[in-house]
Amino acid sequence: MVKENKDFSRREFFKKTGVIAGGVLFASLLSPLKAAQSTEKSKSDDTWYGIGLDIEKCIGCASCARACKAENDVPKEPFFFRSWVEQYTITNSGEVKVQSPNGGIDGYKQPVPESEIFKTFFVPKMCNHCSKSPCTQVCPVGATFVSPDGVVLVDPNYCVGCRYCVQACPYGCRYIKPDLGTVDKCTLCYHRLKKGMDPACMMVCPTGARLYGNLRDPKSEMVKFIKNHTVGALKPNLNTGSKLYYNALSQEVH
Amino acid sequence: MPVQVKRLLIAFAVFIALFLVARHFLRPATFGEYGHYRGAALKENEDRPIKYVNMNETCITCHDSIAAVRDSSVHKSINCQTCHGPGYKHVDDPQKTNIVKEHAREFCGRCHSKNPARAKVIKQIDMNEHNKEDECISCHNSHNPVLW
Repeated sequence: MVKENKDFSRREFFKKTGVIAGGVLFASLLSPLKAAQSTEKSKSDDTWYGIGLDIEKCIGCASCARACKAENDVPKEPFFFRSWVEQYTITNSGEVKVQSPNGGIDGYKQPVPESEIFKTFFVPKMCNHCSKSPCTQVCPVGATFVSPDGVVLVDPNYCVGCRYCVQACPYGCRYIKPDLGTVDKCTLCYHRLKKGMDPACMMVCPTGARLYGNLRDPKSEMVKFIKNHTVGALKPNLNTGSKLYYNALSQEVH
Repeated sequence: MPVQVKRLLIAFAVFIALFLVARHFLRPATFGEYGHYRGAALKENEDRPIKYVNMNETCITCHDSIAAVRDSSVHKSINCQTCHGPGYKHVDDPQKTNIVKEHAREFCGRCHSKNPARAKVIKQIDMNEHNKEDECISCHNSHNPVLW
């Protein structure tokens, strides 16, 4: 006969399990602890910004890169960009060449003779404002975040300059501001958006290759752009939830 | 309850209390308002100064004749500030010195230098051959880029 354990009966076990589970549930409801694990999605009727870039329309003038630097006090010396333009050249032998001298601001010199070019096109680049952004997930202090309307922003007063996010961004869209030592990136000109103005890069684009809009509004230009074109996102295999849609995106672009 | 468990519980309670006190004083006021960040950062991002001004409310109110020329040309979809740079200083204090007025050939070449990647609808020239001694604007009116 099995000896019954008086100290630890089945009833006792269920009782204790219940108390612990209840306690954990109660603790998780306590409001001061809530912020740290807030995964609240904004309401579905709120604005949720997306961006469209039309490679067929881009002529590589880099007005966007210039305007972005002027509007947002991005350092003028090379290698610091929130927005830039790359020229892709695919030769007849299948070689892919990418050039972006000073983000396109210095103009392009084509090293490949025209007879050897299979195809060539410009790709304007900027922050993808991902909905599952890798950069905001790695921030140890909560200094970068996705705003309620889907714009990835930085809080320069809270950033400690650890550079995790710079490495986490698969699109190379972040840099450390040399004067402040904090990270900086495209804000989709949040200060302009909120006052009803277009971002500076979109305002100055001479061919209308750039647009943005509310992805949740089926009547917005942005949704129409996605519907009417064969759009693609950069590095979809990384599951970043990129909200930057390119028209006529070639396989070679990365 | 064994005495060592009791002591451990007391130690945990002290740690948790200290953590909560420290958290109370170190956490910024608006942290967690919308998510795991300072809610006030949204407003701070919003309050940055605007440099590229609304063209219809500013440029065109004074330079209406030039705007009319532009509107009748192939350059009609181009914002003034695409070529003239941000207008915020010029709007506050209209001087010839605080707005960009480009003359260089390379400036026009940003859009119009020959590049096979550019759409064919954009008129393109070989910068090294097309009247290379002259400024573009000595023959073309930039606001309506037919010949003068």
